[in-house]
Amino acid sequence: MRRSAFRRSRGDVPFRFASTGAGIVLLAIMAAIGVFLVVKAVPALQANTSNFLTEKTWTPNAVEPQFGIAALAFGTVLSSFLALIIATPVAIGVALFISHYAPRRLAAVLGYVVDLLAAVPSVVYGLWGVAFLVPFMRGPSEFLNTYFAWIPLFGGDQVVGKSMLTASIVLAIMILPIIAAISREVFLQAPKMQEEAALALGATRWEMIRMSVLPFGRPGIISAAMLGLGRAMGETIAVALILPATFGISFQILGPNGNSIAANIANGFGEATTIGRGALIASGLVLFLITLVVNMGARMIIARRKEFARAA
Amino acid sequence: MTTVQTGIQPISTSRRVKDRVVQALVYLAFAIAVVPLLSVLWLVVKNGLARFDLEFLTHSMRNIGARDAGGGAYHAIIGTLEQVLFASLIAVPIGLLTAVYLVEYGSGGRLSRWISFFVDVMTGVPSVVSGLFVLAFWVLALGMPFSGFAGAMALSILMMPVVVRSAEEMLRLVPNDLREASYALGVPKWRTIVKVVLPTAFTGIVTGVMLAVARVAGETAPLLLTVFFTDSINNNPFNGPQMGLPLYVFDQAGRPTDTAIDRAWTGALTLILIVMLLNLVARLIAWWRSPAKRGS
Repeated sequence: MRRSAFRRSRGDVPFRFASTGAGIVLLAIMAAIGVFLVVKAVPALQANTSNFLTEKTWTPNAVEPQFGIAALAFGTVLSSFLALIIATPVAIGVALFISHYAPRRLAAVLGYVVDLLAAVPSVVYGLWGVAFLVPFMRGPSEFLNTYFAWIPLFGGDQVVGKSMLTASIVLAIMILPIIAAISREVFLQAPKMQEEAALALGATRWEMIRMSVLPFGRPGIISAAMLGLGRAMGETIAVALILPATFGISFQILGPNGNSIAANIANGFGEATTIGRGALIASGLVLFLITLVVNMGARMIIARRKEFARAA
Repeated sequence: MTTVQTGIQPISTSRRVKDRVVQALVYLAFAIAVVPLLSVLWLVVKNGLARFDLEFLTHSMRNIGARDAGGGAYHAIIGTLEQVLFASLIAVPIGLLTAVYLVEYGSGGRLSRWISFFVDVMTGVPSVVSGLFVLAFWVLALGMPFSGFAGAMALSILMMPVVVRSAEEMLRLVPNDLREASYALGVPKWRTIVKVVLPTAFTGIVTGVMLAVARVAGETAPLLLTVFFTDSINNNPFNGPQMGLPLYVFDQAGRPTDTAIDRAWTGALTLILIVMLLNLVARLIAWWRSPAKRGS
């Protein structure tokens, strides 16, 4: 009796220690990401001769380094929000299609097809964007510019394929699967009793969805959209290949302007000096903080929902 | 003859039309989502097959300029395999142990809630940021060279949360009866986990790991910052720049000649084949083992 009790504690303690340690390592990595980005960004920020937050140009490799996050952060936020506006309605449609419209047998397979969109590596989307979508978008962009120039977004004198709009469409394709997948899960959890009650009272399928599925799924859709937003902001390679990498702030999404924090890191890293690398790390820190806030917000909404569902 | 008054009126036309319109929109949304996927796959296969030959798979890009024909991605394929292998060697043990902690030991305490929350947040860390972190920590602070291993570390950061989440889900599916039966026989907790819980969840965990591998195999940005570029074969993942397939596609796509673009497409085809194969195998394992399937 005594022997077995002794053996138990001897094996259990190291194992418990190792698994707890692994969890703590994970927390430590998250902390270390923040710490090391700050440590390596500070020297470059001190060498900066202009204001990091308001400066638009990016010349950290010069003798008098000048760089700022303004234009890059603007481009990141604008392209991500455009992508979100394009992707969310389609994603909700896809999620409804799989959860409430498609035949039961087909639904799983079709869901897998949408998940495949997420499996395509981002560099492949970038290549597809440069080789196919950029030339393809010239026509529709001309059309928008000719007839809808009164909307400021579509204004401007110059229309190009390598534009903010093209980059946003590629981003939208890339974030669609994650928004669709989470919305689908939430829609499937909608209370069956309410759905059946609505149908029994004579509601059409759309009325049933509007009255019971969508209100139930709203927090899920919001957090899914926020996760998609975070994904779009961090997306690098596809955007780096498509955006024209200029340093200005312009709302004209059809013109030859646009850049993002992540794209600038990918494009600028090759020729960066020590200060240049520090500057890129500083911009990465800003990106990290923005995505951290967006993701934490999304997760908190989901977590609250979970307790909701369990209580009900 | 009198008709029976049921009180039920037919659905009005406007409601019926609205229902139909929404249905059409939902179908349309699905079609819109599938079109880009088909377009990407079609173009990758069509343009990639042109150079998908033995030379591409067995040669590097050494001494081959952007204008020259020929050349291949052998160095990139070797690099990707090594980087993904080392990333898995780092991420899988940490991820799996963390999942064991969350399911078996944490039991809703404060630490486990923190870890659980930050695993979710970690899922959202942009890939380029994980690359910058390894650059700042490994290359700049510790003075280590660019290497395949540095890239593997960046990839492992992206892999960990995926492994934790999928393993956690699988461990929670293991029935408590099994654990209790094992305890009742006097088996200590850690042996119960190693001999009963983990084997029961094994296929599910393998599926999760393969999906995680498939996710990071296509990542470019972290490699760009940690592995750097090379046109030559470098079999040593611990010293000197390496190449990776995604990096190869990015590099070739940025060169403005047709032969380089052709190589980029073929690289993309190779990459998609690897990633899709991993995905497919993972799903097949999951499907083959799923209880719903066995029940029917």
